[in-house]
Parts: sequence; C-alpha cells; structure tokens
Amino acid sequence: MSDWIEACTADDIDEEDVMRFDHEGRTFAIYRSPDDEFFATDGLCTHEHIHLADGLVMDDIIECPKHNGRFNYKTGQAKGAPVCVNLRTYPVKVEAGKVLIQLSQ
Amino acid sequence: MVIIGAGECGVRAAFALRENGYGGSITLVGAEKHLPYERPPLSKDAMISEEHPAPRTIASEHQFLERNISFLADTAVTGIDRKAKKVIFANGNSLAYDKVLLATGAIPRILPLAVESKHCTYLRSYDDALAIRARFQPGANIAIIGGGFIGLELAASARKRGASVTVLETQARVLMRGVPEEIAKIIAARHAQEGVHLRCGIELSGISDNDARATITLADGESLEADLVVIGIGATPVTALAEAAGLEIGNGIIVNEHLQTDDPAIFAAGDCCAFPLSIYGGRRVRLEAWRNAQEQGTLAARNMLGLAEPHLSVPWFWSDQYDLGLQVSGLADEGSTIIRRDLGDDAFILFHLASDGRLVAASGIGPGNAVARDIRLAEMLIARRAYPDPAHLAASDIKLKSLLAA
Repeated sequence: MSDWIEACTADDIDEEDVMRFDHEGRTFAIYRSPDDEFFATDGLCTHEHIHLADGLVMDDIIECPKHNGRFNYKTGQAKGAPVCVNLRTYPVKVEAGKVLIQLSQ
Repeated sequence: MVIIGAGECGVRAAFALRENGYGGSITLVGAEKHLPYERPPLSKDAMISEEHPAPRTIASEHQFLERNISFLADTAVTGIDRKAKKVIFANGNSLAYDKVLLATGAIPRILPLAVESKHCTYLRSYDDALAIRARFQPGANIAIIGGGFIGLELAASARKRGASVTVLETQARVLMRGVPEEIAKIIAARHAQEGVHLRCGIELSGISDNDARATITLADGESLEADLVVIGIGATPVTALAEAAGLEIGNGIIVNEHLQTDDPAIFAAGDCCAFPLSIYGGRRVRLEAWRNAQEQGTLAARNMLGLAEPHLSVPWFWSDQYDLGLQVSGLADEGSTIIRRDLGDDAFILFHLASDGRLVAASGIGPGNAVARDIRLAEMLIARRAYPDPAHLAASDIKLKSLLAA
C-alpha cells in the first residue's frame, strides 16, 4: 500500500511557486498553483536531471532552470524540446496546514 | 527542404518543419560521423565523468525515421548553386531544394601566432573532447590559452581530474566579453582557490615543441612548459559556403529579422548568423549560445514555411564552473548603471540599466542554479522593455515576479 508523507507546511510555499523536498534518497518538487492548489512531481528534470525547484513557475508550468524545458506540473506532461519524457506526478493533499504527498510503494 | 549543419540548431529546425505541418522532403546534412549531439557538456561533464562519456545525442535514428527526416552523417557540402537551386556535395552528387537553412555553426578561432606544436589543440567536437579528456590526467601540466568560457570551464574540469592548470589571458581580466567585472572577479577567485594559475594581461610570442612537451613563450621572454596546450580564444562563424554562394557576410551570415539571407530561398540560424536584435533597436549581433541555436532553428523552420515571424528573444546563456552557476540575460554592454540584488547563499544578480532607466540585461552568479529563476524573470522584464524601479530591483524582499505584474 502507499504512505502519505509530510513534505512541508502549506505556508512554506508561496502561490505560483515551488520547493524541493528530499525523502529517503529521492527528490521531489512540491508546487502551489496560482489558484492555491498543491501538486507534486519528481524533483529532477527528465532531460539532464536538474533540480526543478530552482525553476520558475508560471501558471501551471514549471520551467527547468538550466535549459528551459517545460512541464505541466499538474499532469507531468513535457511541453516540447528539449524535454520529451513526462514527469512523474504524485497525489497531494493538505491536512491541518500540512502538505502530504503519496509515494506509491 | 535542406538543412546544412546537424547541431542543436539544424536538428531543431528539421523537427520544427514537421511539427509545423510540412509534409515534403527534409534532408539534414551533418559533417560529423555521429548522430547529432549536445555540445555544452563537452567542456564540462564529458571531461569529468568517471566513465567514458558517450555523446549526448539530440536525436535518434528512430526519431528521424519516425519523422521521415533524411539524416546524412559525415557528409560535406561543397557548394550551393542558387540558380539551379541545388546543394552540391563533396562526392559530386547534388540535391534540389525549395529552401535551404544554413546552420553551420562556428569553429574555434585560430591563434594568430606561429605554432609549431603537436601538443596544441582546440575544442569543438566530441572527438576533440575525447582527445583532450585523455590528456587531463593527475599530474599532467595543462596550459589553457584564453580566459573565456571554454577556457575556464576546461580549467575547472582539468583541476577536477587532478591536472595542474595554467590559464593565460591577454586581456586584463577573464570573461572580458559579456560578463561584468564584479562577477568575473568571483569566478577568478574561485579558480585561484581551486589551484588554477590564472595569468591575465600576458602577451604570447610563440608555441613550440620540446620533445614530449610544448613550450609557450611570452613576449617578455618567459617560457612555460605544458604537456598539453588547449586554445580557447573565441569562435569564428562558418560562412565559407554562404560566401562562395555570393550571400552577404559580415560577422557571420547576414540575415534579416526573419533569419532570411539576401536570397529569399536561403535562411541562416544559430552561431553562424548575424541578425538584428529588435529589443536593442535592431543592433546586429551574432550569438554563440545553446538556447539561441534552438530558438533560431525553430524560428527559421517556421519562416521557411512562410510564416514571416520576427526574432524577438532576449539573448541568454549560462556557464558552470565547479559548483558555481553563471547566467546572463540580455546584452550587458547596453547598460550604463548596475544595480545589485543579493539572493543570499553567496548568490547575487546585477541588473544593467540603460541611461534612460530601461532594464537591458541581468547577470547573476551563485551556487548551482541559485540565480536561474530570477534571471528568467529578469529576461521577461527585458523582453517587455520594462523600466523597473531600481530600489525594487535592489530589495531582495520584493519579489521580481511582482514587478512583472506591474
């Protein structure tokens, strides 16, 4: 089965922003959308393994800080060159001000 | 459609032709025997990876097949017959075209000195990178001529592999072109801290061989010995084909804002072309940068299909040395005032404002990609020709994103 892991508190992330979350040797990116919803994806760009949390969030897009590869962080969809492999996404919920992500086993 | 040059730019153009609905024939001609690959890692990851580095390919055989793009590797183009609209190959064959894209790139500028040495080399291709990498050994004595990006990235890589490194630069400081002094100083200090011997303001008089080593002679009579001399003193656009075809040449193949040469059937894009930058009043520039190669390849493809879209992007590039990441957006030499914004963690950004207060460039340095996000936001402000309040730019607690909304 799967566990819900506490990644951060909701206040840790501004609206339309992202932060890095490391857990058991893996790295994730947690997003807060402009309409105040939370999302989570793998933390590294599928192109050259750059930390996406250093990138810029605009609407529902995260842009890699190095090569401008773009993904829709809500769906993980790669939006074109240089990225062609989608990002894995994870379920997120907010409970009592804490952001929890579900990592499948 | 024929695309000459199979680097970042040419490949993006080939793919973009298909993505924009073109159904006819596409031929992508590459001079090297490899599948198209990324060049940025050649001075960095390919030099320091533990294992033998494979070229980081941009496109696979499968992707070409899937898109019905004919990729010719190891193929030299010797001429363009504009009258007959044919590209001529070294083997005598020819290929008819409707439109041609010249994406021929740039090659290392040759040291204007008498060099009699087999221990001197330049970095351009993956094969060059392998040859240099093999000489970056613990205890080896490496001399690098040129304190620009390639020279400094190679210096960092050589140090990581345990070689001893001297960088020789004729200018008064490193990164004279395009990087403000405040940032160049930090990079220079970091190299010194890592044990690189950085020598600026020198004058070279010659390089010769002394058995197994090279001897570099300076104008003041001093000489230095090195097992390998790598020369990285800038790049020259590859324009011979365009020139022979009678196209207009300046510092690169001259194109208009649509990346079209003075022959409407021939386009040029990437490192080989000199194009007008609209955000700087049409100032003609030639950029040697990865993202520009991508963007112009894509744009040229669209314009080869008749879309007539202008190039509007803001120049942008990065360099990685040790754990330091440098990014520059815009042309810093357009600025007259510098505003500094500290980002913490030893990272900061310099905003370059023109005399009328317009934001024309931003350059930043910090660990990893610490400056990336704010440089990207600055780029958007530059593209909008914004006149941000200098006090807001300097105040780290005011989000740059909020200035975009203004």
